[in-house]
Amino acid sequence: MRILDALITGLAQGAMIALIALGYTMVYGVLKLINFAHSEIFMMSAFIGLFLITLLGGTEHPLLAGVGGTLMAMVAAALIGMLVERIAYRPLRNRGKSSLVRVTPLVTALGMSVLLQNLAQLMFTARNRSYPQLLTGSVSLGPLSVGNSRVVILLTAVVVMVVLELIVKRTWFGKAMRALSANEEAARLMGINTSRVISATFALGSSLAALGSVLFCLDQSPVHPSLGLVVGTRAFVAAVLGGIGSITGAMLGGLLIGVLGELLKLTSFSGGTDIPAFLVLIVVLLVRPAGLLGSARAEKV
Amino acid sequence: MTVSRRLFGSALAIVTLVIATGTGCSKSSNDIPVGAYLSLSGSDSTFGIDTRDGIELARQEVNEKGGIKGRKVNVIYEDDKSTSQEASNKVRQLIDRDKVIAILGEVASSRSLAGGLIANTKKVPMVTPSSTAVEVTKDREYVFRTCFTDAQQGDVAARFVFDTLKKKNVGLFYVAQDNYSAGLAKSFKESLQKLGGTIVVEKGYQSKETQFTTLLSDLKASKPEVIFVPVYYNDMVQIARQAKQLGMPGSMFIGGDGWDSSDLIEGAGEALEGAYFTNHYAPDVPWPNSQAFLKSFKGKYNHEPSSLSAQGYDAARLLFDAMGRATELTPEAVKTALVQTKDFAGATGTLTIDKDHNANKPIVIVQIKAKKFTYASQLMAQ
Repeated sequence: MRILDALITGLAQGAMIALIALGYTMVYGVLKLINFAHSEIFMMSAFIGLFLITLLGGTEHPLLAGVGGTLMAMVAAALIGMLVERIAYRPLRNRGKSSLVRVTPLVTALGMSVLLQNLAQLMFTARNRSYPQLLTGSVSLGPLSVGNSRVVILLTAVVVMVVLELIVKRTWFGKAMRALSANEEAARLMGINTSRVISATFALGSSLAALGSVLFCLDQSPVHPSLGLVVGTRAFVAAVLGGIGSITGAMLGGLLIGVLGELLKLTSFSGGTDIPAFLVLIVVLLVRPAGLLGSARAEKV
Repeated sequence: MTVSRRLFGSALAIVTLVIATGTGCSKSSNDIPVGAYLSLSGSDSTFGIDTRDGIELARQEVNEKGGIKGRKVNVIYEDDKSTSQEASNKVRQLIDRDKVIAILGEVASSRSLAGGLIANTKKVPMVTPSSTAVEVTKDREYVFRTCFTDAQQGDVAARFVFDTLKKKNVGLFYVAQDNYSAGLAKSFKESLQKLGGTIVVEKGYQSKETQFTTLLSDLKASKPEVIFVPVYYNDMVQIARQAKQLGMPGSMFIGGDGWDSSDLIEGAGEALEGAYFTNHYAPDVPWPNSQAFLKSFKGKYNHEPSSLSAQGYDAARLLFDAMGRATELTPEAVKTALVQTKDFAGATGTLTIDKDHNANKPIVIVQIKAKKFTYASQLMAQ
């Protein structure tokens, strides 16, 4: 029974990690860039979410505050994501193709991450702030009692993944993204406004990170400026584990890390929750260097 | 040409910098220079700022009474940005540049260890107000502390649980990678087992963990009467909230001085109703000096002092007291006077400096009642 409980908690943990991992993987898909500032967008949107939820009434109007706050935080995160891309990546992209074209944006990504983290510390101080508890109580499924927060997280994650799959496969934007991922130059020659598609990809990835971060904080975590470091690392590992660039891979990687971490907590090695995830990462990368689903034939975005 | 011009430019910059720092820091007066290095910015900034408030109150009081040996005290504050590296830099700077005769600081044991190493090598006495790790004063002739150690704290918590609460089956829950948390858990465990109690379940968790549900239900399954959770308040807020979801009562939890923050009450006051923790101080502790401190602190800052403020105040007052007793105002004489400290009446209890340079003093047991920290009892550290 305890194993089943841990499994459900692990799936919920994994679903949140996956939501963040999607942002890493989508940006890598179109730009071949590891967007290190992504974890800071996650942190920033956690702060924005907290302020909006408090503003909308917090525990007095849980539904309005929860749903409204989350949606508005997603919009804000999308704007921040687009802004980061506009300031730190686009100017470099237009500088032509030298051998440094891969390295420079990587450095600005790191710089952006440090900048946002320090900015958050200046604006919000380093103090931990707790979210209001909106997702309390639980539902009984036979002998199992599942916390409401887990139910909300799992349902949200399923909906998001289905919608994302539809966007990528069925819409014009999704097609453009895939085209860009396959060959940027050819995509541009075919009349795709690549800058706009890249911008939209950042917006989409950032809003998913915001969704993940608000859910994460409502469920279990206080907000503080270094929040992104902790969760961001796990999400990045999930993206690499699943095969960076592959959307399904990011989901799979996230779930794997979440479940493994929770199961380890039942053993006496509970002090090293991240160890199995990294072990699996090493083994997978040794056997399949592109990650679980990251082979050349796998669909890239 | 460009190279030499650049060289000239940087040389000029260095010269200006030297002049600027040199003139900016010269102290012309007859004041006694005392240094303080604290985390005034960075992740632990509240620790440093609260401690500085306490030190400032003590400095103001001593100067209003005419200073020490007819000279006013000047406390020079340095910010170590919550890092150990900066802590040792700042201590070196205070000693070499500002020629301080004694040093106050730090709160975190890791930074007191770094700063204490420098102070000890340079033979300048250092008093830490709140670093509880045993190693901080160990084999360091010039380092003192005015708080209890983790070994004493774990022992008092164990005696309180076993003798006062009469609980024998205890669970342990701590941060596996954290010296403070794991160290306190270890000393608690040793003392409890010596008294005849049993640790029925023991769980460590990874630092920065936020999901405690699985761990807590695992603890709960072993049916401990109480659980000792020596972690910092930030973690405790989430632990208490998630424990409440699992139907675990607040009175089940016992903690250490890492719990002491108004953030704990704000975030999880209800979930921790009835919980106890060992601490340096409580606002309603019935010691006359504590009440006097409370009054003058509120008069100066308009809010209740935290434990850290009270400890900063005590460390500074003890140091000033030793400086008054010292034969002359040199680091060596102040050190000798510090060693001889006996029955010093502070706001956090009456203390005597023992041969290991630790403070022998009472430890306060605080209970969380109706979302407030209230004094429950006190036990002498052994």
